[in-house]
Amino acid sequence: MAAHIVGKKTYFGIFGALMVLTAVTVWVANFDLGRWNAVAALTIAVVKGTLVVLYFMHVRYSSRLTWVFVSSGLIWLIVLIALTLGDYMTRGWVKIAQ
Amino acid sequence: MADTHTATPYGLAHHFDDVEQQREAGTLGMWAFLITEIMFFGGLFLAYILYRSTFPDDFAAASAHLDWKLGGTNTGVLICSSLTMAMAVYHSQTGNKKWLIICLLLTMILGAAFLGIKAYEYHDKYVSHLIPGFDFHWTGHGSPKHVEMFYYLYFVMTGIHALHMIIGLGIMTVITVMARRGRFTPEYYAPIEISGLYWHFVDIVWIFLFPLLYLLGAHIHH
Repeated sequence: MAAHIVGKKTYFGIFGALMVLTAVTVWVANFDLGRWNAVAALTIAVVKGTLVVLYFMHVRYSSRLTWVFVSSGLIWLIVLIALTLGDYMTRGWVKIAQ
Repeated sequence: MADTHTATPYGLAHHFDDVEQQREAGTLGMWAFLITEIMFFGGLFLAYILYRSTFPDDFAAASAHLDWKLGGTNTGVLICSSLTMAMAVYHSQTGNKKWLIICLLLTMILGAAFLGIKAYEYHDKYVSHLIPGFDFHWTGHGSPKHVEMFYYLYFVMTGIHALHMIIGLGIMTVITVMARRGRFTPEYYAPIEISGLYWHFVDIVWIFLFPLLYLLGAHIHH
């Protein structure tokens, strides 16, 4: 199997999308949306990161094994953040001696 | 060099069946390393999330002192460098040596520009007495101790990111020299591809750092 050559058009298209999304994230930050500011910023960052991983890093065209590697990294990152936040954010829920 | 061994494709190490298998193994190896990097930066992002959710107003006040125009410019610079890096892989795959070298050089110039802007920002923080643990003096809104924590995280996260950029520039220098010496062919370009994975990863880290560090207090001025 020969390597998949990603075309120039794809690269420039992704580049344009990344630049537009950067402008959007700056624009959105000017509004006081409370906690939705963080949600908007992280959503846009996740979309940008996904575009880079899939196209610039060629994961979309890579083998299943590469997908497994990349997914395992993300899953452990989610475990790290979710379990820690699950602890911190629920500490006030029950009144126990600190 | 390999004239007497025409059966062995150029660049193929003896323990691989073919160049494709070799490239696949290299890619997986790089991803294994990048996963450790995800966990490494992930711990820092987690620390940031916890402190920010504990002191949201202090962190917004601290963030407002960062210049989002410089941070945003650097985001654009890094995205441009990712494009030139991706184009370098394209030109190596299509065997265009001249444009391969041009793209690698452009990537390095953009990487250096990023570090230059970063150095300017660090100098501004030094002049403004915002170096935590060394010369920290905060007169603005918010608890100085909590603002200082923001700047600890800012300097550790952007500092380690900048270190990755410097290492990336070193890698690009080696790759460019190899390209100039004609070491790559449309079949054997794995070193460029794998270096590119590293470069794009460092770009992704900044894609997350920019909104989290610079844009937190952006609405305060309005």
